[in-house]
Order: sequence, then C-alpha cells, then structure tokens
Amino acid sequence: MDVFLQQLVNGLTLGSIYGLIAIGYTMVFGIIGMVNFAHGDVFMLSAMIALILYMALTMFLGLSSLPLIFILVLVGTMVITGLWNWTIERVAYRPLRGSFRLAPLISAIGMSIFLSNLVQIVQGPRNKAAPEFLSGLFHFGPAGADVTVSLKQILIMCVTLSLLGLFWFIVQKTALGRAQRACAQDQRMAALLGIDVDRTISLTFVIGAALAAVAGVLFMIYYGVVNFSDGFIPGVKAFTAAVLGGIGSLPGAVLGGLLIGLIETFWAAYFSSDYKDVAAFSILAITLIFMPSGLLGRPDVEKV
Amino acid sequence: MMQVSNPLLSVAHLSMRFGGLVAVDDLSFDVGRGDITALIGPNGAGKTTVFNCLTGFYKPSQGRIALSHATSAARDIDVLTTSGQRHTRDVFLLERMADFEITRTARVARTFQNIRLFSGMTVLENLIVAQHLTLMRASGVGGLLGLLGAKSYRDAERAAIARAQHWLERINLVDRADDPAGDLPYGDQRRLEIARAMCTNPILLCLDEPAAGLNPRESAQLTQLLRSIRDEDGTSILLIEHDMSVVMDISDHIIVLDYGAKIADGTPQSIRSDPKVIAAYLGVADEEEVRAVSQEISTGLAP
Amino acid sequence: MWKRCEAMTRTNLTHALQEALRTALITAGLCFPLLVLRLEQDSSNQLTLQQRWSWLVFAVIGLSVARFVGLVLQDWRARAPRAEKPIAPTRPQLARAVSIFGLIALFAFPLVVLAFLGPSGSLKWINNYGVQILIYVMLGWGLNIVVGLAGLLDLGYVAFYAVGAYAYALLSTHFGLSFWLCLPLSGLLAATWGVLLGFPVLRLRGDYLAIVTLAFGEIIRLILINWTDVTNGSAGISSIPRITFFGLPFTAADNGFAATFALEFSPIHRTIFLFYLIACLALLTNFITLRLVRLPVGRAWEALREDEIACRALGLNTTRVKLTAFALGAMFAGFAGAFFAVRQNFVNPDSFTFLESATILAIVVLGGMGSQLGVALAAVVMVGGTEILRELDFLKLIFGVNFDPAQYRMLIFGMAMVAIMIWKPRGLISTRTPSLFLKERKNIAASHVGEGRG
Repeated sequence: MDVFLQQLVNGLTLGSIYGLIAIGYTMVFGIIGMVNFAHGDVFMLSAMIALILYMALTMFLGLSSLPLIFILVLVGTMVITGLWNWTIERVAYRPLRGSFRLAPLISAIGMSIFLSNLVQIVQGPRNKAAPEFLSGLFHFGPAGADVTVSLKQILIMCVTLSLLGLFWFIVQKTALGRAQRACAQDQRMAALLGIDVDRTISLTFVIGAALAAVAGVLFMIYYGVVNFSDGFIPGVKAFTAAVLGGIGSLPGAVLGGLLIGLIETFWAAYFSSDYKDVAAFSILAITLIFMPSGLLGRPDVEKV
Repeated sequence: MMQVSNPLLSVAHLSMRFGGLVAVDDLSFDVGRGDITALIGPNGAGKTTVFNCLTGFYKPSQGRIALSHATSAARDIDVLTTSGQRHTRDVFLLERMADFEITRTARVARTFQNIRLFSGMTVLENLIVAQHLTLMRASGVGGLLGLLGAKSYRDAERAAIARAQHWLERINLVDRADDPAGDLPYGDQRRLEIARAMCTNPILLCLDEPAAGLNPRESAQLTQLLRSIRDEDGTSILLIEHDMSVVMDISDHIIVLDYGAKIADGTPQSIRSDPKVIAAYLGVADEEEVRAVSQEISTGLAP
Repeated sequence: MWKRCEAMTRTNLTHALQEALRTALITAGLCFPLLVLRLEQDSSNQLTLQQRWSWLVFAVIGLSVARFVGLVLQDWRARAPRAEKPIAPTRPQLARAVSIFGLIALFAFPLVVLAFLGPSGSLKWINNYGVQILIYVMLGWGLNIVVGLAGLLDLGYVAFYAVGAYAYALLSTHFGLSFWLCLPLSGLLAATWGVLLGFPVLRLRGDYLAIVTLAFGEIIRLILINWTDVTNGSAGISSIPRITFFGLPFTAADNGFAATFALEFSPIHRTIFLFYLIACLALLTNFITLRLVRLPVGRAWEALREDEIACRALGLNTTRVKLTAFALGAMFAGFAGAFFAVRQNFVNPDSFTFLESATILAIVVLGGMGSQLGVALAAVVMVGGTEILRELDFLKLIFGVNFDPAQYRMLIFGMAMVAIMIWKPRGLISTRTPSLFLKERKNIAASHVGEGRG
C-alpha cells in the first residue's frame, strides 16, 4: 500500500509534465495536422532557459525570495520559449504549409536536430546540475501508510492545475479559442469568415510552447539536471500521451499524460526500470494499432 | 419491385448504419443480366453508401448481396448463405468478401464520384495496373520470371498493352497514352476511369455519377460508350446518376432511393410518372410545382 | 541596369531596413539568455554563469544583415525582366547521362584517390567518404522503395539495419559463420522482421504509421541495450570477424590477400575491397528496384502511393502490396547492416538511433521521392557535405584555435534539412519516369505525382 500510494504521487507528478508537453503536440496536430517533431526539443530548450534564468536571478540580481524567483523564471521562460516556437513556425513550417505532405515533417525533424545541437554547442554537452530550488518533505499516511510528498511535487501539481485551468479558459471562452477550433475544422472557410489563419496558427505555437515551458521549468526544478539531449525521450512520451488520449483532444492530452506518467512509474516500481521506455513505446504502438482515435478522440471514418 | 428474371445481382434487406444514422434502410432490389440499371435519388439518399456496400468498402450492418455469374436458381444462393462460405464458383455473397476480392473473383468493378485515377502515372499505366492480377500471375513466383525477363512474361505484358490500347481506342485517348492521367481534361478522366474499370474484365460495372460535370457533347459520348459496354462486352451496368437526360435515355431499369429506402422501382416510363419520385425530388407536395417538375423530367431535362 | 537601380525605390529600402531591425530584435530575444549566459561547472562542481555578450552581437548583426541583403536581392530579382520559364520535367536521357557518368566516377574513385594520395593518405577518403556515403546511398535506395515508391512513411527503418548488423555480429561470433553466408541470412532475417512488424501496422495511415514505425525502431534499440545476455548491452559486440577476400584474409600473413597476389601488404586493400563490396551491394539494390518498378509489383507500389482506394477497387490486395515493399526495403537494410558490422568489426546500439532513421528518410525526401538518382545525389550532398566539415581546419585561422568546425556538423545538417525543404519541397529530382509507354517515354512532372497517405 505504501509503495502503491507513493508511486501514485510520483506518477501523477511525472504525468503532469508529460500532459503539459502533450498539449503542444495535440494542438498543433489539431490545427495543421502535423506532428511537430521539434516540440520535445522546444521543451528541452525551455528547461535550459529556465535554469539559466534561475542562475542569473540568483547570481547577478541576488534575489532570494523563492516565490518571486519562481514567478519570474516561469514567466520569463514562457515568453522566451514562446518567441522561439513562434520563430520556428515562421521560418521552418509556414513556408511549407499546404505543400507536399512530408516536407513539414522533414523540416520539423531538421529543426529538432538543429535545436538540440544548438544547445549542445552554446551550453556544452555536459549535464547541468541545478542547485536545489525547493526542499522539504511532507509525510502523510491514510490508514497507517507512510507516503512522502515533497514540496516540489505539490508545487508541480498546483502550477499544472492552475495553468491548465487558465489554458482551458482561453481555449473554451475566448475569441482566440474559437478561431483555433474554426481553423482546425476548415482553414479555408475560417479565412473566408475573416479569421486571420496565420495569426491563429502562430498563437497556437506560442501557447503550445508556453505550456512546454511550464513543463520545462517544473522538470528543471524536479530533477535538478538538464542536458541538451533531454528533448527526445520526453518528447516521444508526451506524444504517446497525446495519441493515447486521442490526438486533437485537449482533455485527452492531459489524461494521456497522467496515464503515461503512472504507467511508467508503476512499471519501474513493480517490474524493471530497464524496460520502462519500452513500455511507453509499446503503449504508443498498441494504442495506434488497436485504437487509433485514442481514449477521447473522434473516430476517423475512411472517406471513399 | 420490378420483376427481374434470373438477376445478376440480388440485394436483399440491405441496411447500413453509422452510429445512430441509418444511411440505407432495408433495401432490396435486383439488377438484371445485360441491363443498364440506374440508382437515382436526391442528394444524401444513400446511393453511394449502397455502392460502397456492394464493392466491399463498407461492411453492411445487415442484408445479403448475392451475385451470380451463371444463371443460377435462387436456391443456390440460399444454400451458399446457410453454408457460411463466401462464394462458390458462380455465386458470390459480396457482403462477406473483402473489397479487392470482389473485383478479383466476383468481377464487380467500380468508379468513384470524385475521380480516383493514378494521376502521376500515365494513361497507359493506369490501364495496366488494372490488369495487375493477370500480370502478377505471369511474372511467376516472387516476380522471378518477370525479373529475368522470361518470354511468357513479356507475352503477357504485350497482351496487357494490347488490351489497354483497345480501350484507349474506344475512349479516343490513344494519342494521350503516354501523358500523365492528371493532365487529361475532366471528361477524358471520367472515361479513362471507366476504361480502367473495364480492364479488370468485370461482369458488373458500377459507375458513381459518370456524367457529373460533363458537357452535353461529352454526355453523348458517354452514353454511347456505356451502350457499347453493355452490348459488345456483355457487362451489365449499375449506375448512380443525377443527369436525368442520361438516365432516361440509357436505363433499362431504374431504382429510386430517398432517405435510404426504396420509393420506386421500374422501367423509365413508370418512374417518369411516379408521383412519389416527383415529390421526393422536390421535397414538397405543392401540386403545381410537382406538375412543373414532372414536365421537366418527362421532357428529359435535369431537375 | 541603371534603370533597375533607380527603380529600387526608397520605400523598398525602408521596408528592408525595418525588416532587418525586426529580425535584430527577435534574434536578440531568442539569443538573450541562451547564447549570452553559459552554464559552467566550476572547480567545486558548483554551477556558475559566464557572460558572453559578443555571441549575441554577432548573431544579431549577422542575421539582420542577412535579412536585409536577402530582401534587397529579392526585390532586385523581382524587377529583373524575366521570361516565364515553364518548369519542364527533366528528360530521361539527361538522367541517363548523369547516371553513367556517376557509375564511371564510382568505380574510378578509389583508384584515382590512391594514385594521387598514396596508400596511407587515401585511406580516409575511401573510408570516410566513399564507403560511408555508399552505405547511406544503399540505405536510401532501400528506404526509397518503402517511402518513395509505395508512399509508406517509415521512421524506424534503422531497426532493420540493426537487425542485419546484429545478425552478422551474433552469427559470426557465436557460430563462426562466414560473412558470405551471413549476408543473405541477415537480409532474410531483416525481411522477416519487416513482415512481422509490418503486418499489424500497415493498415494505419499517414503520420500514424510513421509514429508506430518510430516506436518499433526505438523498441528494437532499447531491447538491444537491455537484453545484455545476448547483445552485451550498450557495450556492444566487438571483435566481429573482418571481411576476407572470398576466404583470403587481409593480413600480412603468408596466406593473406597481399601475399597471395604478390602485393606489398597495406591496410588500404581491405578498405578498397569494402568500397567495391558496398558499391556492388548498392548497385544491386538499385538494379533490383529499377527492374521491379517495371514489373506489376513495382507498379502496384506506385499505384498504392497514388491512390490506395482505387487500388482496392481494381482488385489489388493492398496489404500484400505494402508488405512486399516493407519486406524488400527491410531486406536491403539487412544487407547494409551486415556490411556495416563487417566493416566496423564492432556493433553497439548507439549506431542505430532515431537520428539515423531521420537521416536516411531525409536523404530520400531531399533526393526526391522515388527517384533513384536523386537519392544518390542527396546522400552525397548530405553525408559528404557534413563529413567535409571535418576537413575545414583553415577556419581555425579565422575563428581561433578553439574553433572546431566538426562540432557544427549536425547543426548545419539540421539547418540544411529545413532549408532544402523550403527551397525544394519535392526534393532535388522530383519527376517520375513511367514504367512503360506506347509511343514515347515522357517524364511526369512532380505536381501530378502523389505522395501517399500511408
């Protein structure tokens, strides 16, 4: 019971991070039908930026108030990562919109290679170990169990929940959200109705990147280590989450993220940590083969 | 229901549901051997769904679609139905067969409402792909005979090209044989798609709106082509069409669908005067308009 | 000329300046923390920040000037009176001439290099350029069957390459089987894996297929890492038997290749033999593919790429058509894998990462899907081009001793992928040659050719 509850907490923490990244995949796929291969690397980039900002705030400005540092790092990373993804869309994807189907995919793979190598060159290939940001543990135990929850985990879940709430509001209630849904349905018709399709797509990339940046900040705080090659595996897992939840569906992405986080943690706890990545990839394959529309996605009927 | 003696195709109690939507509802009809049969009805009546069921692209929710190559008694079909098998040598239960088997063994070929040519391949290649099965057999195990350029394979290829050329002559496209199919004008693409379907050597040819988007001259060419297919090649035709002048001109038998159900079934003469058909096309029962439309149909113009 | 200069109005210049300024601002925003502040571990292993403002200045100036010049040039060219040139598909004869020239160059390459640089100087060129590029040419041609001809997007192609490599590594080290026996076995094994993996996934369409193949590719790599009893995990399998000249080892021994043919022993013999071996394997791949394209099997692949539904309506068993493409592509990857293992005499899972699959796919797409010549050209450009960066030591004179151009290889590789896609989304050679003709063989322009949905 102890182990189970403990892994539940750990799994949900990890799952929150995957869920945040997964939204970026699912939104971009929903609106332009493209798997944004570089998204995992955008996440890695954001974690690196977060670490640099954190160091800069503490070293150069000498800030010591943790909440203030956290908010500044979070907002700064979201803005800068958003700008990065905006530029990536503008440079590497927009010229290819409506062209040959494989072209944007290859371009995205190229972008992914570019980003990870850029970070490797400008920041060096070694692991960057961040200083402890937040320590402190809580013990709680329903029915005599002893489960440890760290302050970091509480922070991660609170931030994820509140930002998801904000994001949900934007997508459901604002004009931007409506424009996004219209573009996802039919871009040409949306354009005819006076929606600025280019701008909507750009904003989608910015929002996706901002959420990935939140994940990056939390990742940096939780693991305390960032490396230029950290984009690929979390990227693929988050994509798995998006597919599992039903690609194109926003609640699906979050649900899928939590499930992947839980499966991975439980797998590592009860079976073997060697094969935890195999488990994630297998779920990806199995879901796509047997349930291509995922848990919450709409089934796709073949048009004859 | 029009009585068809010893039908080629016999559809019984066919239903197709998508979730809660009933696209085809308990439909039964027969297609006569050597006939041109038309399936008409307003947009959304379920005509293309019927085609997709016939050709195996959809698995019908219910019903039996029996095709008999030889003149076989209804009893043969019943025996096959209870046996649980998919087909015998002459009788085929299409609802049990996969799409490619339907073309291959039951010999039902089809065209599509939105033309589906291999647009990056030449006109000739399109007709050769349709003869895939014959050529595959000729190319031997693992394509070895073909890979080594054996004579038997080269002969088969020559025969396939000759067959293709025959069809190119019939649709007047010999000069464009080596051009990409995507380069052809619309009307030629329609006729090429029919020729391609004919290259699979079908016993029943299903055409989904073959006259859509054609000008009157092209429509006339099409009518001629369809007649020659019926009379010279002995292939029966089932077609979906909105162009009433074409339908009334060439059909031997017309079936009218509305909301997935059959509302009329008979000769062109009987359909022309059927008030239910007129009402369905119009959607209202205003006497005067009905009369106007019936006038239009009987003079052979599109509604 | 001067009229065009005059026509370059003030507003256009202002616009270009504005754009350059905008670029400068965006670049500054992008680069600010990432380029300016470098994270470093100090002596006590504490993380510190180093400031590096010069990088930011270079990046901002470089990119904004590039943007300005780009816009001015664009404007200049737009004004140039230019006859509209219709994009004519390349003629088959031209491609033929290029192919023949390439073939001669291929076979002459090691001898020419040897003649000019001598045995020790030419080793690097024949091995790092010749053999390396040819492996990618072969893999590109193999994947071209799957992606270019059949239109099925495979992101896990490297898995079959790994199967081939490990098949040779294990069969030769455990059972002592010779390379010449293992080569066909590796191909068969990879083809079997192709069918096994292909069967469940081939009914998926589009990007879904791509992702599942990626997942399978990664699963195979992770199994190679974790199944240490058989594969020796990340450490890999070493001392794999080297290539022999049909039984004669390339050693200085009396029964070696050099002694038998009364030559002075040199390691270059083996490299040259490997070069011709991979050249023959690649050409075999090419030959079989070109033959198959003119047979019903190959035409069915292309028809599948054009329109799967129409294929089914014409009686083609599309699952079988897909499986043949998948198995054949996998088989060639298996051959290449066995060759890779015998060349390196060492294999480990690091050689079979997703990056390899992406590189091979990029070669196929950049070359022009379906075009054998285009794929070969793309392999030369992408692999040779990044390899050549290792040679640019003179850049150290400009950028300082610490500058290592090889470090930028993958960065430039990634940028090149993006740039070529934007420049030529359909690849370098995008026209298609018909498989048969009635009167005249005319190439088909890319705009008609389908891209596949699978």
